Amino acid sequence: MLQRDYTTSQLDVLEAEAIHIMREVAAEFERPCLLFSGGKDSIVMLRIAEKAFWPAPIPFPLMHVDTGHNFDEVIEFRDRRVEELGAKLVVASVQDSIDQGRVTEQTGRRASRNRLQTTTLLDAIEEQRYDAVFGGARRDEEKARAKERVFSFRDEFGQWDPKNQRPELWNLYNGRIAQGEHIRVFPLSNWTELDVWDYIRREGIEIPSIYFAHTRKVFERDGMLLPDADVVQRGDDEPLFEAVVRYRTVGDMTCTGAVQSSAATVEEIIEEIAATRITERGATRADDRASEAAMEDRKREGYF
Amino acid sequence: MDILRFATAGSVDDGKSTLIGRLLFDSKAIFEDQLEAVERTSRDRGTEYTDLSLLTDGLRAEREQGITIDVAYRYFATPRRKFIIADTPGHIQYTRNMVTGASTADLAIILIDARKGVLEQSRRHAFLTSLLRVPHLVLAVNKMDLVDYSQERFEEIREEFTAFASKLNVNDLTFIPISALNGDNVVSRSENMPWYQGTSLLHHLENVHIASDRNLTDVRFPVQYVIRPQRATDHAFHDYRGYAGQVAGGVLKPGDEVVHLPSGLTTRIASIDTFDGPVEEAFPPMSVTLRFEDDLDISRGDMIARPNNQPNAAQDLEAMVCWMADTSKLTPRSKLTIKHTTRTARALVRDLQYRLDVNTLHRDEEATSLGLNEIGRVTLRVTQPLFVDDYGRNRLTGGFILVDETTNSTVAAGMIMETR
Ligand SMILES: Nc1nc2c(ncn2[C@@H]2O[C@H](COP(=O)(O)OP(=O)(O)O)[C@@H](O)[C@H]2O)c(=O)[nH]1
Ligand SMILES: [Mg+2]
Repeated sequence: MLQRDYTTSQLDVLEAEAIHIMREVAAEFERPCLLFSGGKDSIVMLRIAEKAFWPAPIPFPLMHVDTGHNFDEVIEFRDRRVEELGAKLVVASVQDSIDQGRVTEQTGRRASRNRLQTTTLLDAIEEQRYDAVFGGARRDEEKARAKERVFSFRDEFGQWDPKNQRPELWNLYNGRIAQGEHIRVFPLSNWTELDVWDYIRREGIEIPSIYFAHTRKVFERDGMLLPDADVVQRGDDEPLFEAVVRYRTVGDMTCTGAVQSSAATVEEIIEEIAATRITERGATRADDRASEAAMEDRKREGYF
Repeated sequence: MDILRFATAGSVDDGKSTLIGRLLFDSKAIFEDQLEAVERTSRDRGTEYTDLSLLTDGLRAEREQGITIDVAYRYFATPRRKFIIADTPGHIQYTRNMVTGASTADLAIILIDARKGVLEQSRRHAFLTSLLRVPHLVLAVNKMDLVDYSQERFEEIREEFTAFASKLNVNDLTFIPISALNGDNVVSRSENMPWYQGTSLLHHLENVHIASDRNLTDVRFPVQYVIRPQRATDHAFHDYRGYAGQVAGGVLKPGDEVVHLPSGLTTRIASIDTFDGPVEEAFPPMSVTLRFEDDLDISRGDMIARPNNQPNAAQDLEAMVCWMADTSKLTPRSKLTIKHTTRTARALVRDLQYRLDVNTLHRDEEATSLGLNEIGRVTLRVTQPLFVDDYGRNRLTGGFILVDETTNSTVAAGMIMETR
């Protein structure tokens, strides 16, 4: 007999772990849902869900917290993907939260709906009585996330208490909760940005076009390239110019910057990322620049 | 490229953060904006050097108090391997974090300050590593620059530690003299220590053989989830019934005869399915779906094994447990929820045989309870049989957690020592 050493590649290990996590949730919770934004991490997460339950359909709905400030290309992609899968999509709208007076729209040039999403998300979780919510966050993204568990407990206010987290050992996850509490589940915790791209390449997964280089009208603010769009308020001192850009993350148009890049294929993106010296959040997210603990604070409140 | 998960242990100021910072930096896993943020914070606080620990200490309280509270996970890759670091704080009050980090680690690095030598806490770290059966241990003797790169000092430490480790379950022990600050023997061999014949730390991490650490002998497949497509994407799957799970031991192949537990009935594997098509074999850590030739009544929490190689179906367990709760204690008669593989049951603590002093390994048989971070040997009675192996034989079928039924917190980690 041939001797094999049964080595498993890093993507296979990460995929097997994520599938295991998804099945644990499907087995132990009554009303899970999966946050699907149309961004690359949630696209990968969705593919893992497809794999975990095949040939059965994904046994939980998808939810998108729609700020109303999303890129058209991403919304179009979201809807197409949902239809292909025959999945159920719940859209929780920040505009509705504003109209109902749950939150107040920020004003001024730097107005963003980023922080308002938390209320919309928590309201939707409560209304739909979700007890487990899958998110595509990764530990390599940010230092508060580096400390978060795969099964991350949220109290009845949706809050995360970083100092009081449940120990997580082996592949045993504790999903026990009382009424009104829920668990955020992060199956991609151990993936890096490069793993996500390698996986997209290996699996031949389709992603929204804004991830690839394209020509766009942009302007510069705080060293970031923001898009020309109705919802983005631009001052007279912020002239528009055309540039060849792509997005490394997909968020709101008001706070997601593009990077100058000519990478037009997944292979070229991987090459570019392997050589880049700036984190994806540092390069492209105004929301994380606010302070040293910006992410920790938002997460405590119940953010993604 | 495969993955190596490793945990780092060492007490305050042994150089743990400096070492991790260097590994990340030299493998280009630290990005410019992260480094700038750290430099800015160091400057603001009036620190003269760039404090690399700010990279790993992620929570506000940690930065304010200058301590590491919790396990942080870090990632870096070289062309040979992807690495996941569980960075665990070293103080005795963080024993539970080290236990957590070690539970999934393939390797542990224990740092020692060459000037101070083997301390009580180094012994504790080594003991926890062996208790959690981390297969490979590296003793990194750090700050060699402060002892003039002395071979004599290194040998002294090596001898002392080897003598202690012989009392533990340590299969693979490697000693490496380093200077985390200057980079000696971290990424490449140091010219300052020509007497050292071994490899650099990173070279060791890249090459240590881990594929055979998994148990590939005893077939263990805890059934996790039953897949029965009611609304199949394809009519061909109308009668499909598959048992999904992650292989915890052994190699499974279509045609193999297997036994279902608890029923004891045997059948054969008809097919091993995945989204990407059927596979010819499944082994840890693959997540697959099994179909069998016979229609058996199988549900979550059941176990698939081989007829001539079965785990123990045990309701009485002997285990070492590490208590992790600060608001309660383990005492005889405690009632808890036990989670083992995919099975959940209730457990009663029958007996606390002894509490172990993790520093001296002294057994206190008079102890009547286990508090936060304490480790002891217990006897448990479980409401239904669990399909267990000795932890030393299989970490996945030998490990369990205990959950408090009122607070729902995870209060203990357990390692099955001896099955009956
Ligand atoms: N001379 C010397 N100093 C070191 C070495 N490694 C770390 N240090 C210093 O020891 C101090 C504590 O290091 P740190 O990495 O914060 O230790 P930790 O508490 O284990 O994370 C810092 O001042 C480091 O610069 C080394 O190899 N040689
Ligand atoms: Mg430190």
